[in-house]
Amino acid sequence: MDINKVNTKILPVSFDYYAPSSIEELLSILKREEEVVFLAGGTDLLVKMKQRIVEPKVVVSLNRISELSFIEEKEDGLHIGAVTKLRAIEKSDVVREKFPVLYWGVRAIGSVQIRNMGTIGGNLCNASPAADSAPPLMVLNAELKTIGVEGERRIPINEFFVGPGKTVLKSKELLAEIKVPYLPPNSGTSFIKIARTSMDIAKINVAVMVRLENGRIGECRIALGAVAPTPMRARKAEEFLTGKEVTDENLRRAGEIVSKEIRPITDIRSTAEYRREVSKVLTYDALRIAIREASKE
Amino acid sequence: MKKLIEFTLNGRKVRVEVEPNELLLNVLREKLCLTGTKYACGIGECGACTVLVDGEAVLSCLTLAIEVDGKNVVTIEGLAKDGKLDVIQEAFLDEGAVQCGYCIPGFILTAKALLKENPSPTEDEIREYIKGNLCRCTGYVNIVRAIKRASELIKEGEK
Repeated sequence: MDINKVNTKILPVSFDYYAPSSIEELLSILKREEEVVFLAGGTDLLVKMKQRIVEPKVVVSLNRISELSFIEEKEDGLHIGAVTKLRAIEKSDVVREKFPVLYWGVRAIGSVQIRNMGTIGGNLCNASPAADSAPPLMVLNAELKTIGVEGERRIPINEFFVGPGKTVLKSKELLAEIKVPYLPPNSGTSFIKIARTSMDIAKINVAVMVRLENGRIGECRIALGAVAPTPMRARKAEEFLTGKEVTDENLRRAGEIVSKEIRPITDIRSTAEYRREVSKVLTYDALRIAIREASKE
Repeated sequence: MKKLIEFTLNGRKVRVEVEPNELLLNVLREKLCLTGTKYACGIGECGACTVLVDGEAVLSCLTLAIEVDGKNVVTIEGLAKDGKLDVIQEAFLDEGAVQCGYCIPGFILTAKALLKENPSPTEDEIREYIKGNLCRCTGYVNIVRAIKRASELIKEGEK
């Protein structure tokens, strides 16, 4: 429905509301209720409810569960609670220093107000093909921990998205934690987003991780958003670059492969042709930046 | 099902009964009669409904009132103390930053959060921070100047 024809001043749906203060309490609510909708920052959910795209009977707020909001450095990587505010991730020194690609991705989301409200788990579970936190976490090979009435699951982020607004999460299952492994030595990352205005959702975004090995590309990960039904890895371009020398020609060729590999559509933000064309340059630029970062060490 | 919530509003405890689907914006304006907080886009793009919750700038049009139970909320009405305007409000007047005025409460509260976090922001930092606030009169130049002036006034006041 055209958002301009909706009365966005009110929420035209009534629902029961729970705000559990622990995971234990949350699970007992999930066992009792037939169908629930989870509320985190609300910046996507409430807009959908105003348009009646989502009309929940039961809303379960996750905002009082402190166990789901944390940023913790552990031996196997950085652990981020799913209900951690985007702004907390942006302000975290460890994210900025050790995972700059995530810092840049998160910073590209909306405004200060949106990032004060929105959460990392919400950005992922909303499953927008353009989610700015997704490509960075995909090139970092993040692992997602879910919880639900049927127990825990661990899902690689590269298998999490299945379509626009759709993830592998089952009903009454929620994302609890994101584990981000540390980057290997001699590696660098980058993130670039193109949008109509800096507040807008991406026309296209790209994240890159490159590990150099004796002057060659030892390992390479490229992820893009807003160019397919889900955020995607450009596996063919990654495969092409692996083991190759860092030459301008190889990097340009990788951009061309990406441009063929993506499956963009024409929508209000961009045309498919534009996305195909600009993906070449963006990939090239992102590779250049990541290689420069990798060479710094 | 209605629920009684209690929160701090502009320094005073308030209690109000709300339905789960009531937005903070509407509870502030219609139940608590504080009409300084404005409704405009309703979808998180314009910043007119910005209020401070526990010191952070958030959008009251996308916040359930029930979620601020126990929290500390500040609206534009809470900035002036003992009949004296906040330094940011003074700076907006001095710089002629107010045209139609509709967006100004949101801008001033966003500026309040900015200056608390970063007392001497550069022009780029100011513009980046207020990018979620739209002024339909397009008076951005004077608004940015006013925030800069406020940061200088705060520094002078500290000397």
